[in-house]
Amino acid sequence: MTASIGIPRQVEELLTTHRRGFLKSAGLLLVGFAAQHSSAAEPTGPYPDPDFHQLDSWIVIHENNTATFYVGKTDPGQGTGTGFRQLMSDELDIAFDRTTCIMGSTDITVDQGGSGGSTAMERDSWPMRRAAAEARRVLLEMASAHLATPADQLAVTNAVIASIADPSKNITYGQLIGGKKFNIALTGASVNAVTGAAKVKPVQQLKYTGQSPLRDDIPAKVDGSLKWAVDVKLPGMVHARNVKPPFACARLTGIDESTVRNLPGFIKVVSKGNYVAVVCEREEQAIAAARKLKTTWEKPATAPFPASEDLFTYMRAATATSKPNPVVVGQPDSAFSGAAKVIEAEYEVPFQGHTAFAGAHATADPSNGQMTVYSNDMKSYGMRNGVAQFLGMPRDTVRVVWMQGPQGFGRTAAEDAGFEAAWIAREIGRPVRMQWMRNEETAWDTKGPAFLVRLRGALDGDGRLVAYEYAARSCDYNHVGYNEHDTVLIAQLMGSRRAKPASGSASLPSDVYAIPNRRMVGEVVSLPAIWETPLRTGNLRDPNGPQSTFPAESFIDELAAAAKADPLEFRMTLLTAATTDDTGFRRARSIAVLKAAAKAYGWDPRPSPKPIPAGKQDMLTGRGIAYSFRGQTIVAVVAEVEVNRQTGHVWAKRLVCAHDCGLVVNPQTLHHTVECALLHGLSRAIHEEVQFDTERVTSVDWVSHPTLRHADIPERIDIVLVNGDPNPDRPDLPPYGSGEAALKPMLASVANAIYDATGVRIRRVPFRDARVLAALNPL
Amino acid sequence: MSNITFKVNGATHTVDIDPATPLLYILRNDLGMQGPHFGCGLGQCGACTVLINGAAVRSCILPASAVKGEITTLEGLSPKGHLHPLQQAWIDEQVPQCGFCQNGQILTAKAMLDKNPHPTDAQIRQSMNATLCRCMSYYRIQAAIKRAAKVMSA
Repeated sequence: MTASIGIPRQVEELLTTHRRGFLKSAGLLLVGFAAQHSSAAEPTGPYPDPDFHQLDSWIVIHENNTATFYVGKTDPGQGTGTGFRQLMSDELDIAFDRTTCIMGSTDITVDQGGSGGSTAMERDSWPMRRAAAEARRVLLEMASAHLATPADQLAVTNAVIASIADPSKNITYGQLIGGKKFNIALTGASVNAVTGAAKVKPVQQLKYTGQSPLRDDIPAKVDGSLKWAVDVKLPGMVHARNVKPPFACARLTGIDESTVRNLPGFIKVVSKGNYVAVVCEREEQAIAAARKLKTTWEKPATAPFPASEDLFTYMRAATATSKPNPVVVGQPDSAFSGAAKVIEAEYEVPFQGHTAFAGAHATADPSNGQMTVYSNDMKSYGMRNGVAQFLGMPRDTVRVVWMQGPQGFGRTAAEDAGFEAAWIAREIGRPVRMQWMRNEETAWDTKGPAFLVRLRGALDGDGRLVAYEYAARSCDYNHVGYNEHDTVLIAQLMGSRRAKPASGSASLPSDVYAIPNRRMVGEVVSLPAIWETPLRTGNLRDPNGPQSTFPAESFIDELAAAAKADPLEFRMTLLTAATTDDTGFRRARSIAVLKAAAKAYGWDPRPSPKPIPAGKQDMLTGRGIAYSFRGQTIVAVVAEVEVNRQTGHVWAKRLVCAHDCGLVVNPQTLHHTVECALLHGLSRAIHEEVQFDTERVTSVDWVSHPTLRHADIPERIDIVLVNGDPNPDRPDLPPYGSGEAALKPMLASVANAIYDATGVRIRRVPFRDARVLAALNPL
Repeated sequence: MSNITFKVNGATHTVDIDPATPLLYILRNDLGMQGPHFGCGLGQCGACTVLINGAAVRSCILPASAVKGEITTLEGLSPKGHLHPLQQAWIDEQVPQCGFCQNGQILTAKAMLDKNPHPTDAQIRQSMNATLCRCMSYYRIQAAIKRAAKVMSA
């Protein structure tokens, strides 16, 4: 078997041309592994970590004067890979179209953690930029010697270094170092701190940054030529499918292999503890065998969870498993007791699924004592460590080759199929392709935690907000982390238990409103069962942000209505009141973003709700605003909705979003990312909820866990990239994260618009037709 | 098992297969196609869409024995490397995020435009409504369809 089979096309070409020979000579890495790993006495495995302190690990210059960037990130489709190329091309001074970027394969790119938390530009682009700047510095030094000209008398244009006085004296990067190593050590205590001697350029000198070159991954995604992780085929590869427990916390009591033994292509039933899978020669055979295999199971003695319709009753009554100290400002108790008006409300956000567009999948190759997992895991480095620990293999005998896959919104941070494929592959000694079926993925993927939030607010006689109380309970707290060998589902089913499950707090609202007296607390409650259950929680895009922002920004609207104030002006008053908190100019930028959204929408100040017009028309319209921030990225959204009084159907007819994430690397990809995040928020607002009875999740497909569809799309979406601090005397802002923030205020903006249209406040997500209709026509 | 012959993107293939096998697995695993994807196996999402005699069909629930006609996959839209106007519009509008569903979006749009070259916005929404995108790239898909419709009718 050759090592390059199944590797994504881009990587394969590099490995078989430049990189393989280059890296062998650099001693960084051995590929073409099968030929070299015949001796059991090898002191190290085939996949040592690429050294982030070596410039050669980040940048390779080829003889044809092109460059390849190697970065430890994954780009599941928001264009970060193109953004990295823009920034690194700028720092290296090379034409953008003479570069490529390789991402996320653990044996050839340094460990930057993969993707997650909107960190790509905010945190991880910096070491890339500094490495590229250092490469430029080193090349200038080399050119100086070669051209016998002091470096400060040389200029670089598109990877050609020339004498300023005599441009005919020049040399290209490729001529200087093409195909050879830099051999330059970088410094910095961690990968995030990696730096050379060179400084990065000021923003004004960045040429590609701020432009919108087309995303480099799109052509192969529309002509069918992309090799996705699902497309990996290896010689001798077989297909596996799981047999999931029929109930949460079920104990396997028997497997009747005779029910599948004679099926065509049947190879084996593999099982350990409560984990069961079937392996067959062909994919459709494995699917059929997994359905036909007879297994028997014992139910747990007590119900693992309440049914979904009883979830919030349960959450109200449960004893908190994590009870952080409240955040208290001023004297909330006395402020409440002396207030002119006190209002309170309770909000509910159910479990929502990641529901990746295709089930978890991976292919594992166990040949020659190593393990290669081909996966779309966004955190491929975590999977590599997790698989090594799970299988008890040395880290440097395991690699994960990252490839493109379906969007998962954080699902692949705990990517079960890679662990399953690797375990089965080792059991049977053949390459294994594992894929989860739709019902399995929707029922058993990780869930975004459910939230129950009680809010109380006090207004003085002038309608000013003088006291505020936020008490959240989340169920539970993203307890399945990042590809941990002891929390992935296969480990749980095989009996792994953490002595102490991860605990944390329910998140608090993100605002910089000046409210003199506040008390905020975020408790966690757990379901009776937390292991071997399909209601396991994991990070879902902006893990708890939408759940805390929906109540918080809905309730600000309730307070505005109680004060008979315009909802935008009510917020502006809270933001313009005196406060000392202006980290990252966040308050000034919050004001700017709200103003920009209102201006783009054409907001006319008036209190909500809008007077319901006389007559009996079915359609009511309204507008709602909400604002939030994630890290330093500030977002305001205005939603305009139509509510059908006869059916309860809510259509967001128009969305306006003002978005400030500091320096914009690629306006077009940012615009698109924001647009899709808004619509994901809209989907969570009007459609998404995980339903379950007392022993299993009953949301198993796109009917029982619906998602946004073409007909739901607003007829107009306006996105304003506010892009930076409104005060021209302040320095440029760095890039902040943008993958998640726009989703955060989306749910509240729709709820506020429904209230504006109808005068009815919906405090429970999702706003499906039946729920809205019932709220419009109370019994 | 039985020999079944398929015409895919102009080429003829004979496969010895259980006739109940859904077409999707044959296209992907026997004929090496990477356009059609498994998304749900239930005909709900559209990721597995192929054209059969020009109609958009969900290959994940279509038994091999029921295939009657010539199959076109996403790869077949640009046989000699010349992108179909829909594919070009998808690039021009920078439609995909992850891109996993776009096979179904493009082929469903093609079947629609072949029948109705000048769809209204409402007709686009209606015709595309059962083809899901979990990244929510819908807004750009609809823009790309309108762009392609203009090019195709010019």
